This record gives sequence, structure tokens and C-alpha cells, in this order.
Amino acid sequence: MAKKYQELAIKDPTDFLFGVSPYPVSLKNGLTIGGGKVYPEINFTLPGMGINPETMPEVRDQYAQMIGDVTKRAAELHADGFSVEYELLPDLTLNPEWGAEITKLLREKLDGLAQNEAIKTCLRVTPNDIREFSRPPLLRHGKFVDDMFRCFELCAQAGADLLAIESTGGKEIHDDAIIKGDLAASVFALGILGSRDMKFLWEKIVSICKRYDVIPSGDSACGFGNTAMVLAEQHYIPRIWAALIRVMTVPRSLVAFEEGAVGPNKDCAYEGVYIKAITGAPIALEGAEAACAHLSPIGNIAKAVPDLWSNESVQNVKLLAASAPTVSMEQLIYATRLMNKAADKGKGSALALRDLFIDSDSAGDVQAYILRPDVALDLSRQIIAEPTAYLRTRKAALAALDCFRKAQEKREITLSRVELRWLDALSRQADQLPDSEEEFIAQMRPTLDPAKVNLSEYDL
Amino acid sequence: MNKNLAAIYQSVVEGESSQTAKKVQEALDEGINAEVILNEGMVSAMSEVGRLFEQGEYFVPEMLISARAMQEGLSVLKPALAKAEVRSTGKVVIGTVNGDLHDIGKNLVGMMLEGAAFEVIDLGTDVPPERFVEAIKTNGAQIVAISALLTTTMNNMKGVIQAICAAGLRKNVKIIVGGAPLSADFAQSIGADGYSADASKAVALAKSLIA
Repeated sequence: MAKKYQELAIKDPTDFLFGVSPYPVSLKNGLTIGGGKVYPEINFTLPGMGINPETMPEVRDQYAQMIGDVTKRAAELHADGFSVEYELLPDLTLNPEWGAEITKLLREKLDGLAQNEAIKTCLRVTPNDIREFSRPPLLRHGKFVDDMFRCFELCAQAGADLLAIESTGGKEIHDDAIIKGDLAASVFALGILGSRDMKFLWEKIVSICKRYDVIPSGDSACGFGNTAMVLAEQHYIPRIWAALIRVMTVPRSLVAFEEGAVGPNKDCAYEGVYIKAITGAPIALEGAEAACAHLSPIGNIAKAVPDLWSNESVQNVKLLAASAPTVSMEQLIYATRLMNKAADKGKGSALALRDLFIDSDSAGDVQAYILRPDVALDLSRQIIAEPTAYLRTRKAALAALDCFRKAQEKREITLSRVELRWLDALSRQADQLPDSEEEFIAQMRPTLDPAKVNLSEYDL
Repeated sequence: MNKNLAAIYQSVVEGESSQTAKKVQEALDEGINAEVILNEGMVSAMSEVGRLFEQGEYFVPEMLISARAMQEGLSVLKPALAKAEVRSTGKVVIGTVNGDLHDIGKNLVGMMLEGAAFEVIDLGTDVPPERFVEAIKTNGAQIVAISALLTTTMNNMKGVIQAICAAGLRKNVKIIVGGAPLSADFAQSIGADGYSADASKAVALAKSLIA
């Protein structure tokens, strides 16, 4: 029976803080995430190279070197705990045995560190959603579906502590929706398609996790919200459109938790701020220390409420000091050390630091503004007051647009003339969204290209 | 500028598809040369749209609406262009390499090339080298545009270029590449003719290579 979130787990903005979650997640080794401390979560990836049977020895060597280097640096800096996210590359999910082999390699190194240095660690494994290799995507059957779930199983057996995914149900129409500025198509992709697929997918992932005693952690809307953020940074779409999409991803990502995910939610899911407010689960986030992976306008404000602090991902290339993953590890350790020191000094100090993180970004970009704890709590409250994923996504759109307008009036943000033109255009589109889900689906059907999306994969 | 040409220009800039088609027909009825309608009415309008984009006044959604208006106008104009034997700026085969499903960047490049009156043959994503080769042969393309967004797939671009060479087509086409993990040095190292850091610069690159 799916859980239904109808009230916020965090109600007071002063209780919405980094390192502390109402429902912390404890690992078998005793590491507790969300129990008072923020831990680094390091993610690393291969340099430019192919993955095939001939290169697999080099792939193994690369991962062995990266995990060796980052664990060494963690010990040198006396880290008392950290998480490693192993986000598979598509070839490693397409060949699940390869994906599991690397998981085992990482597990063994982390176990060695625990034994030799008494540092508690966590291994998050994130297989890819390879179902989109079929076009239109086949989401519920076929070789890619089988291989993806087999990859989850093998990685769980190989030593993952947490399993996560960036699932892509609905993305086949959402990419076009982003670049066309098509709000209805975006709502359809997230509130109808994505949410239905998440229900199917997370029932299965949670079942695998139960079978192997692994923690189902969460599902990032990266392919939706972060695609929009990156396009906004390139000035391809308005920032206000990217911010709106971010808020609209919340109901879709919440479905994972309704089906049994418990956190920590994935780093690139900036909607995690809302997920933490609603579910009380711990979350990972990324910002300033993720500049190695992408530009973002939320470098500091993302530090306001995370329980794991991540670098997104970094390629294994040599820098002046050391390898890039090692440098990233050092940066994450120092960033989290500051947050934890503030918390050690008491809640007042922690809140003071949190507010500096918030104030240094929130007025600069509407995408940062929506991560303000007070804004996230207000919008989250309005979203979960609605009963279904569609109505929640519709409410997310209406409430966020209203929030942007009020923030502009109060001069809490400064929207340019062009962005204001878009605020009006998006509001006109949002006002057309019917309150009947059936009516909305009927409206959207004729606009969909059957070569791109197969509605039967969504029970439609 | 002629009144109808000015109306075509304005309708493309403002993305008024039905108005573009109507005004193109009126211009043809008035006896204006098809190539003049194409270049002075529509291509120049898309150049203005590009300028508005560069200035931050337009975003991609507005460019797409303008591009759609141009396509509506072209559908009316095509028979007259064929009759006058007016050729497109060039033919471009575009696709994302095998193993890679990212297509937003590729789609943006394709859209901007069409706005500059290139004929674009879009092969989609996860495209094996032999499909690029086949498309060059079938369409007589002058340019091949290859996209990749992953560090593990960018090297597959070299395979595409090798396949084009092996098919004896390398002298016939210019090859341009793009995608987040790429660089100009990488493009040169795999034997491409050019690299574009973003979609808006790809048009100028394509034009310069076939000038």
C-alpha cells in the first residue's frame, strides 16, 4: 500500500537545516545520515574512454585508482565518515556484470578503510535508466528493462548500501516541452507520464532492496529539472521556466517515497529540498563544489538543508595538486567540516550559517529563490494539499508562478523585462490547465507523436 | 523593401505561421522571384531572429516559433524554388553517435541550420557509423554534424569519421562535431573539420566550411 503524504514532516523553517532530518537513515555499519552531521558524498567518473571488453581492464584500474585516492585523502584529513556515489555509465548498466564488478571493487576498498582507519562509509549505487535506448521507450518489458533490473540486483548483491536512479519516464516528450516552452506538455510528462512510471519502477526497486537488505534511496528528476537548468545557463530558455520546471518535478519525485524510498535522496535532485520538507527523509545536494561538473546559480543556497554534500561528478584527470576526484574529496570534506562545526556550536550558529548560504544566492536567480527553506515549505504545503500527482503538478505550476510574481513585487528577486514577459506567458498557459485529469489527458492525446511516446507503457 | 516581402519578414520574426504562408503566396502572385522571397523575406528574417537571440531578447522557444513560420512559408515556396532551380544553402546530415541518447543539442543545431536555409537530414540518436555513411550517399550531403554528450561515447565519433573515409566519401563532406565533453583539440585529433561550442555558432561554422 503506497504511503500518502498529506502534511509536511518539517513545518517550521527554523527546523529546516543541514544535517538534521526528522527521519534519519542508518546504515548497517552505524553511519547515520540526517542524524546531526553533514557527510561528504563523492562521485567520480572515467576520463574520455570507451567501455568494451578490451578496455575493461583499464576501466577497473581507473576505478581502483579513484577509490584508492579518495579514501587516502579522507584518511589524511581525518574525515569521520563519507559516502561514495557510484553512478554507472550506460555501458556498465547495459552489461550488468561489469556494473556489479565495479561495485564489488569499491565495496572492498571501503571495507578496508573502515577496518584500517575506522572511517564509516556509505556506498550509493545508481544504475542508469537504459529503458530509453528503445525509441519510443519500452518501460515495462524487453531486454533493456530486464538488464536494468538485473543490474540493480547484481549491484545490491555486490555490496551497495543504497540504490538510486535518475529515471526518465516522460522525458521522451519533456525535452521538446522544455525547448518549446510548452507548459502543458511539461505537466503531462511529469504529472501524468513520469508519475505513473515512477510508481511502476519504484515498486520493483523497493522490492529488490527488501530482498537484499539494501536501502531504497530516491530518484532524481535530473533529466527534467537539470536539463532545464543547464539550458537556462546557456540562455536557451528563460530562468523562470527552468525554476518552474524544478518545482513541477516535486510530485513526480515524491512518488518514489510514496512507494517506499527512504532517502538520502540523490544529490542532483534539487527538488530534494521539497522532498525533505514533505517526507522528512535526508537528502544529498550539490552546489559550489559541483562546479567541476556544471555551472549552477545555486552554489551556496544548496548548502542550506542537505544531509550529504556532493560534487555531482568529476572526471579522473590529473590536476596540479592530485587527481580531480581527490581534489573534490578534499573540497567536500572542508565544506562539510564548516557546516558541522557550526552545528557543534549550537542551533543558533547553524541557522546563522544556513542563512548566510541562503542570503548569498537567493536574490540572484529565481532558481535559487525557490530553494529558500521558507519558500520550499510554503510551496510544498500547497502541493501536497492536492490528492493526485497531476493535480499536485498543476498546483506546483500555479503556486510557483504566483510565488514568482509576489517575490518580484516584494523585490526579493529581480526579473528582467524578458523574463517578466515569460512569467505572463507561462501564467496564461497554467491558467488553461483543467482540474480534471481525464479532461487534460484527452486534451493532450492529439498533440502527442506516437513515434516518440507509447502511451500504453503508462497504462494510458 | 517590397510591401509583401516586408510582411513576410515581419511574420517570420514574430512567428506568425499562417501570415507567412499567406504573404509568400501573395508575393508569388505578384511575380516576385522565389529566390528573392526566400533570401530577403525569410532567411534575412531568421538572421534577425538569430540577432535577437544573441542579444537575449529571444530564447529558443521563440526561435522555434519563427522557424516554424519559415517552414510554413517554404512549403508554399518550394514548387517555385524547384522550378527556378534554386538550391538550399547546403545539405547537412546530423545525428548523435552510437551509444548516446542525448538529442537536445543536436536538435537545436538542426533547427538553427534550417533557419539558415540548410536542408537538414536528422538521423536521430544512437546512430551507428554505417547510417551516417548511407545518409551521405543517399542525400548527397555536403556536411555531416555529429553530436556526443558522454565521455564514453565521444570517441565513437572517430569511428564515424573512419567509416566515412573507408566508404571513400571523406573528400565529399565537411565534418563538424559538438557536445559538452568535446574541445577543438579533440575535434582536430579525430580528423573533424570543425568544432562548435554551442548551437548558435554551428551555423556560422557550417557556412564557413562550404563557402
